[in-house]
Amino acid sequence: MAMKISTDQFKERVSKGIHDDFMRGAVAGAQDGMGVKRRLATEELGNWEDWRSHGEEIRQHVLENLDYYLEQLSENVAKRGGHVFFAQTKEEANEYIRSIVKKKEAKKIVKSKSMVTEEISLNSMLEQEGCEVIETDLGEYILQIDDHDPPSHIVVPALHKNKEQIRDVFTERLGYTKTSKPEELAWHAREMLRKEYLSADIGITGCNFAVAETGSFSLVTNEGNADLVTALPKTQITVMGMERLVPTFEEMEVLVSLLTRSAVGQKLTSYITVLTGPREALDVDGPEEFHLVIVDNGRSKILGGEFQSVLQCIRCAACINVCPVYRHVGGHSYGSIYSGPIGAVLSPLLGGYDEFKELPYASTLCGACTEVCPVKIPLHNLLHKHREVIVEKEGKAPISEKLLMKAFGLGAASPIMYNIGSKLAPAAMNPFTVGEKISKGPGPLKAWTDIRDFPAPNKERFRDWFKNREKGGK
Amino acid sequence: MKVTLFATCIVDMFQSNVGKATVELLERLGCEIDFPESQVCCGQPSYNSGYVKETKEAMKRMIDTFIDAEYVVSPSGSCITMFHEYPHIFKGDPVWEPKAKKLAEKSFELTQFIVDVLKIEDVGARFEGNVTYHTSCHMTRLLGVKKAPMILLSNVKGLKFTELPGKEQCCGFGGTFAVKMAQISEQMVDEKVRHVEETGAEYLIGADAACLMNIGGRIDRVGKPIKVMHIAEVLNSH
Repeated sequence: MAMKISTDQFKERVSKGIHDDFMRGAVAGAQDGMGVKRRLATEELGNWEDWRSHGEEIRQHVLENLDYYLEQLSENVAKRGGHVFFAQTKEEANEYIRSIVKKKEAKKIVKSKSMVTEEISLNSMLEQEGCEVIETDLGEYILQIDDHDPPSHIVVPALHKNKEQIRDVFTERLGYTKTSKPEELAWHAREMLRKEYLSADIGITGCNFAVAETGSFSLVTNEGNADLVTALPKTQITVMGMERLVPTFEEMEVLVSLLTRSAVGQKLTSYITVLTGPREALDVDGPEEFHLVIVDNGRSKILGGEFQSVLQCIRCAACINVCPVYRHVGGHSYGSIYSGPIGAVLSPLLGGYDEFKELPYASTLCGACTEVCPVKIPLHNLLHKHREVIVEKEGKAPISEKLLMKAFGLGAASPIMYNIGSKLAPAAMNPFTVGEKISKGPGPLKAWTDIRDFPAPNKERFRDWFKNREKGGK
Repeated sequence: MKVTLFATCIVDMFQSNVGKATVELLERLGCEIDFPESQVCCGQPSYNSGYVKETKEAMKRMIDTFIDAEYVVSPSGSCITMFHEYPHIFKGDPVWEPKAKKLAEKSFELTQFIVDVLKIEDVGARFEGNVTYHTSCHMTRLLGVKKAPMILLSNVKGLKFTELPGKEQCCGFGGTFAVKMAQISEQMVDEKVRHVEETGAEYLIGADAACLMNIGGRIDRVGKPIKVMHIAEVLNSH
């Protein structure tokens, strides 16, 4: 799956989302539930704002010194017998992984959840190579067997499906015969997956945080699937976005706390797995061969620019879980594997404005995302920054809007023009006014009045009242 | 205390009652009100749409209009937030950044001014009715004014208050978002109206005319028996 997940136009995608009652109920329920859990888990620390500042500081420090830490990480992975490959593009990353698959004559590959492998379309390359690829995160597994349904959330990929829908998928694709009870569904998936781990040639994982000082990397899960992916197959490949690292374990601990509390409202997840290099002499399990693929794919272009802070992201999805727009349109409407506010900032940067130019406008700039971000990314400011770039550098705004905004800018800058305009407004709007309301407005007002009434301009403006009053009027 | 009123374009043209209530309320609290005629709009509609260069003249005009005021007070959290945004917008500009900072430092939203500057928590208002309150996003999150309106409302005699479910959620206005993403905006404002209905309140109160125009416009369209009032009007009732 590539970053882009739909060929439909933005409006069609939104329309589909809005009319999907089940999905909307699931998203609203999840947002409300996770919102409470997140709040409790962050408030119980007593000094959440200090934690956020510390998280921001760590991420900014890493980004400012990324070259240094990447080099340190690479050296330490190599020292422990691992191989490091730095891929500038997704093609390079895929090519390197393909070469390992070929060398190992791999037929079966198990994977734990990873957004960056979705971003580089790794699965489709592996399938083209004739490999059987099995996603082992339960959410990803459900989507995979349902004809590669795209993820709608970066942490809870199958958020848009309910247990009955999942049962139907299992029945149809896996010959499942039991009920829609989550325990029974999970047990079935577990039985199916267990044999895959045992017979897989390669295990592929993502990376929550790599630790430069030791050459380790960590995986945060609730299912323990990543442990099996890394413990059983003989060859392991870990794919990481180039910014996903920390200097030492001390910083990792801070970021893992911020991540689990923000993502799922847990102090810690059930499994936090830290691995370093291939199996050593005394180890009872682990891969014989370990490869770390560090993916740039557009990130170095973001570095050093006005959008750099987006690279602070630790993929917790707290911004998605509070976003009022995501709440009503769901993840698929964004047309990108990265949805919600973080997706609306990141997708145009990694995938280009041509594909994702509407996303920065899919926000009221309400700031809910910025308020919850555990590493203090000013998300709503970055969305605004995108709009500025689209208008002023990319020249992609519609001409009608440009004219309107130019006129507005002139009007707002000139008290004389404003005075004339606002005085004429009641007369100009008179044909559209019934009582004190406009229910069918002309031009740009139409989109407003299609949904809601618009107030008729006051015959006596506030400023006229004030002036009269000063003169001793009423 | 001398207060220079920034009425906002919406209040000036569409909600003059809110402006009148603001003036009367502040006068009752001992302020002397001044209204400079050269004020127009803070520039948010075009600025938030990405037209930064096009909006700078309007912002400069507003800075010059209010630069000599002792205090600038406005019955709109969002527009005052925009004044606080000016120093960031003019960052690095040797002339306008310092001026923008000076303006931001003395600009207050109405309830914030009453509670934090005038140090008044009870304005002596009486208002009979069941009310709920919409916390506007810019005012609460970006300007950081959360408590002031609650404190003032809690001291209004006769007023029965019910908290709005999902109060932290945006109403779907978002300036040009309301027309550019009308489809999504409709869903957002509908949920807001449903939440207001759930409270059983007769009145929806807010401190931002723009949000109220959005929610009120939808309430009128779908014909719900809920009246929409600005907090200045409630605090000016006695």
